Amino acid sequence: MVRSAVTIVGASLAGYWAAETLRRDGFEDRISLIGDEPHAPYDRPPLSKKYLAGDLDDDRLALTTTEKLADLQLDLRLGCSATGLDVAGRTLEVDGAVEPFDGLVIATGTRCRTLPGTVGLAGVHTLRTRDDAAAIRDALADGARRLMVVGAGFIGAEVASTAIGRGVEVTMVEALEAPFGRVLGVEMGAVMADVHRHHGVDLRTGVGVDEVLGEGRVTGVRLADGATLEVDLLVVGIGVVPNTEWLEGSGLTLDDGVVCDGTCLAAPGVVAAGDVARWPNPRYDGLMRVEHWDNAVQQGVHAARRLLQSDEEATPFAPVPWFWSDQYDRKVQLAGRPHPDDEVRVVAGSTAEHRFAAFYGRDGRFTAALGMNRPRQVMQSKGLLEAGASWEEALAFASEWD
Amino acid sequence: MRVVVDFDLCESNAICMQIAPDVFEVRDDDFLYILEENPGEDRRAVVEQAVQRCPKQAISLED
Repeated sequence: MVRSAVTIVGASLAGYWAAETLRRDGFEDRISLIGDEPHAPYDRPPLSKKYLAGDLDDDRLALTTTEKLADLQLDLRLGCSATGLDVAGRTLEVDGAVEPFDGLVIATGTRCRTLPGTVGLAGVHTLRTRDDAAAIRDALADGARRLMVVGAGFIGAEVASTAIGRGVEVTMVEALEAPFGRVLGVEMGAVMADVHRHHGVDLRTGVGVDEVLGEGRVTGVRLADGATLEVDLLVVGIGVVPNTEWLEGSGLTLDDGVVCDGTCLAAPGVVAAGDVARWPNPRYDGLMRVEHWDNAVQQGVHAARRLLQSDEEATPFAPVPWFWSDQYDRKVQLAGRPHPDDEVRVVAGSTAEHRFAAFYGRDGRFTAALGMNRPRQVMQSKGLLEAGASWEEALAFASEWD
Repeated sequence: MRVVVDFDLCESNAICMQIAPDVFEVRDDDFLYILEENPGEDRRAVVEQAVQRCPKQAISLED
């Protein structure tokens, strides 16, 4: 189904690639790209790494060059927020003004959860946007000495890693028994914990935050186990929530994201992509919402094409998800979808040396591959996962390694 | 078409190798090697996908 004009709400990774794909595939009509940040589309992964360390300037963060962006001939509206949608009436509300749409891509992403009682307290940060990262970077540059990271997920782990690299004292607090425990399980979570401690992080697991102390500015944190720590910088990385409030009453199904069909279609002429989209990936049971970089790229592409296709032409979006995380001098990669109580087997290298590949399996199925400084093996494994290899086949393949 | 990799940016995520194994290879030393610097036109769509999905945006194509 060819659209006369397409509006893309969300000017980050998924939104940008949706726009790029429409042009690449020959769509010649108007494309509006609406983003609530004042910046042209930029890349988020460096925000907790090189950008935070001050090793990457704003220009290098851009997703594309000014020239290439201009070549796309977009109606680019930065610093604008979509505030409402009426699917049946085919109208969108942008900063309160109603405008019609024909095709719509929803790519509004997620925002950070915050710790209760810390709003407006100086020295307390979350990290999602370029401005968030710049604020933490500046706090580190201004001489913050004692950083506490709450949550040992990607953001927490990478911020801790960058801060340690700058000589800052870092305490990391994780409510679960192990970092990434909910994703990787106890055994591999313990390996992640060992990596943090090896690099000098004071990692405290199985403990929550009771109270953030300070008048106007954070001075300390009291943990649930009674310990009180002096803190002059607090970074909270306790997950994200999808930005769907503006879609309430729109006619779309909202349930921890915008619920789509297997082709990324949320309603006729409306698709969703990236962190905000929840869809039935035919490779897995139930609905899936993925908060990873590669998914945003691929789903942005897939959703854009879906807009221009008839129902008959449409294909399911069926990726094997993967992510990477750079922590200290280690590259962590995970391909697939492990369950925390899957069987885990180290198939190459050694966890003690922090250089290994491990497979996850369940009921004879190969479910995921985890690597630490093992990119070749992880990516070969991703191919096996895509091909639907069994647990035995995967182990046989890996027996050729090392 | 010529494949160019900015090795200052490349961090060997190896997604390019998975997408186009005839062009890119990350070996056991964790470094990326370009196997085919001038792939044929029939490989353009695949190599463009590798460019797009490189997490470090380290790959580019020159015509």
